Amino acid sequence: MTRKTLRNRTLCAASLMALVSGSTAWAQSMTDVQSVAKERGLSTAELLAAAKTFTPTGMKDEYVIFSSGGHSGQVFVIGVPSMRLLRTIAVFTPESWQGWGFGVGNEILDEGNVSGKENRWGDTHHPALSETNGDYDGEWLFINDKSNARIAVIDLRDFETKQIVKNPLFINDHGGAFVPPNTEYIFQTAQYNVPWGADYAPMSEYKDNFRGAVTMWKFDRKKGRIDKEKSFAIELPPYWQDIADCGKLVSDGYFFLNSINTELATGGIEQKKPPFEAGVSMNATDYLHIIDWKKAEKVYQAGRTTEIKGFPVIPLDVAIEEGLLHLTPEPRSPHGVDVAPKGDFIVVSGKLDPHTTIYSFDKINKAIASKNFSGEDEFGVPVLDFDSVVEAQVEVGLGPLHTQFGPDGYAYTSLFLDSAVARWTLGGQYGSMNPEPDWTLVQKTPVHYNIGHLGAAEGDTVSPDGKYLVAYNKWSVDRFVSTGPLLPQNFQLLDISQQGTEMPVIYDMPMGIGEPHYAQIIKADKLKPWAVYPEIGWDPMTQSVDPYAPRPKMERVERKGEHEVEVYMTSVRSHFTPEHVTVKQGDKVTWRITNTERAIDATHGFSIPVYNITLSLEAGETAKIEFIADTAGTFPFYCTEFCSALHLEMMGYLMVEPNE
Amino acid sequence: MPSFIDHIIGPRVEQSELEKHSIRYGTPGFLLLIARVMLLVSLFVPFWHMELIAPQYPENLELTAYINHLAGDVAEIDSLNHYIGMRPLNEAATLERTLGVYIMIVFVLFLELASWIHSRWAVLLILPVLLFPAVFLIDLHLWMSHFGQNLDPDAPLSNSIEPFVPPILGTGMVGQFKTIARPGTGLMLSAGASVILLLSLFFHRRAYKPLMKARKASAS
Repeated sequence: MTRKTLRNRTLCAASLMALVSGSTAWAQSMTDVQSVAKERGLSTAELLAAAKTFTPTGMKDEYVIFSSGGHSGQVFVIGVPSMRLLRTIAVFTPESWQGWGFGVGNEILDEGNVSGKENRWGDTHHPALSETNGDYDGEWLFINDKSNARIAVIDLRDFETKQIVKNPLFINDHGGAFVPPNTEYIFQTAQYNVPWGADYAPMSEYKDNFRGAVTMWKFDRKKGRIDKEKSFAIELPPYWQDIADCGKLVSDGYFFLNSINTELATGGIEQKKPPFEAGVSMNATDYLHIIDWKKAEKVYQAGRTTEIKGFPVIPLDVAIEEGLLHLTPEPRSPHGVDVAPKGDFIVVSGKLDPHTTIYSFDKINKAIASKNFSGEDEFGVPVLDFDSVVEAQVEVGLGPLHTQFGPDGYAYTSLFLDSAVARWTLGGQYGSMNPEPDWTLVQKTPVHYNIGHLGAAEGDTVSPDGKYLVAYNKWSVDRFVSTGPLLPQNFQLLDISQQGTEMPVIYDMPMGIGEPHYAQIIKADKLKPWAVYPEIGWDPMTQSVDPYAPRPKMERVERKGEHEVEVYMTSVRSHFTPEHVTVKQGDKVTWRITNTERAIDATHGFSIPVYNITLSLEAGETAKIEFIADTAGTFPFYCTEFCSALHLEMMGYLMVEPNE
Repeated sequence: MPSFIDHIIGPRVEQSELEKHSIRYGTPGFLLLIARVMLLVSLFVPFWHMELIAPQYPENLELTAYINHLAGDVAEIDSLNHYIGMRPLNEAATLERTLGVYIMIVFVLFLELASWIHSRWAVLLILPVLLFPAVFLIDLHLWMSHFGQNLDPDAPLSNSIEPFVPPILGTGMVGQFKTIARPGTGLMLSAGASVILLLSLFFHRRAYKPLMKARKASAS
């Protein structure tokens, strides 16, 4: 068989698939598919990739990615395998399409103010879907802000941010958000350490006054809010605590946290001191932190805490005495720590070590029980003997960062320097799930380029799905039409449904709206969002009906006092009621507005010029905005969301009568 | 007076005759019983559906009329109708919907009574029930044409739509909407009851006409 006929045969097979998946009534033949493929220069493999990912109109995605947005401060929602952006969720950064921070959401954004200062952006890194018994339950999403050490709570019934909490102890986090198998807490750990509360201290006092910590935010699932009154922190040495993961199944109750800068480097390149990049990378090993959080919860409840910045903190000496904290060496400049599906192995990747290091939870337990310590660190924390807790090391390639898991005993590790995704085998209980020998590299698929995190379908839960893996690449370089010097990142979809060496890239999605870090991939049918708000007059801030919500036939403009006016307005296709609102200059205006629609997608916008107000009112939603009408004039307000054939007519006038 | 009542309820049947021809005398009453059950069931199921089909409503809009209320996408249909100046659907046939259940119960009582009457007067009780489905459809049509032809001239789209009457059964077009109207289970039950009532009249006549004749003959 010549190469050409082989190619043609496979091309036919691929064309058939494409035809079946997109079958229409039109008379099309495989010849048409071939001619298009030829015209566009598509190979058989590429046609096959198209057949695997092309999602015709009306077909829905099987999985949904919740991606951090980096310093866009938002969250992105993306369908898999189509890799279509479904929407963004405004979190730390005001966003005018969702009307977030322009009249609505301001109170929540204000919860994230730092030392009384408005902070209107965030650096979102690690989303955490809420879990029940170690599996995503599709109810809540949490995400951290690295720049100001904040955590946000997003309700997945309406995909809106409900709460932002600011950590009172530290000013920067990286290890967050992470949740244990039943989402009792949300974990947040400091990264770039500072004195408590980011108070001032000179760098010379780094070791004595700068502190690390892990905060355990209690999540009240019923209220859908973090309960600050039941939250606490554990003091840690001033290493740069990095990424973390919660134990599951056998290791439930433990929290694994890696660190860099056990050197306690303080930088100072301008003073000819080693810059951070060198100082932080000096040691051959750093410390994996092993935290018994269930025991810590008991210690907190027993009151063995110190109040720091108004927040209960278990001091480091108490943590050591109670056996809450153990360290063990991890090679070099570790980044990701990921717990295997059965909770039995903990995989750590050191950026500067070509191996992943696999720790055994069983061995860790035994080492703690038998006090098999190789010593203490300089803060008195016991250090478990490395050799006694390590199960295996696998050489995967250069710059390993993060690991996710499949259902068949495979682990997938991102290789930043190699720009590749490595598939390798786990041993132990997973050994028999695939044909390859345990603890072996199976395949490396190049990705484009400089991969950071990666995500496999439900790949960090107790039951990974396999099928799809997405490489969250930091650079796209030459992959897309140039958009000038600032380029999108590249989300690359890999098909991991076949065992062995078959693991092709099947789609590139440019990410030109933020700089994502981690993202989780959940089965789409686990999400149960509302189609419209449950009742007319629904306040998304409380997720209940607002008794003051304006209703049809009760619309009015009411003067409450000499300088106070209340507006009760409804919006429905294609009018606001009332359409004329007249107030006096200097009036304090409280403007309530309800979208009385019940149809899916019947969103109305509402915007007032000059006053910097724009809202997005989804069907049933009510909102309250307040402003001082300090500028006299004639201001057309209008519906910003193209709602109907007479959308342009959906407007009215705010008239602010000038003072004489 | 007793003879007047006697006259209305018609001749009674001798016990021996009843036993001899139990089917002949039992059939009218049995049919009336079935009709009563059907009417009672119809109270709980839809009488009429209209489906409105347009590109932007992939799952279509539905309007369902029960004997006493409207269900389905009433709010959405009203919201669209306001563009052409049609009054809200719930302003239509308010009296009919208020009385519907009571009328039906009265009908059931009529049939109950009718099963005791062996004279021609039974027709008076059965006929209104028999005609009910037709009256329902005529009433529906009148309301439809009243609503469709009395549009608010100040409505946003009053310039671009002619008064119209959507068919109460079958398909029609209003703007970008295709309408498909069909009877509901309730109307089917009611129509079925009408057929059964017709039959019951036939069997009624066959059972009691000879008795009436005999009575007349003996009286003269």
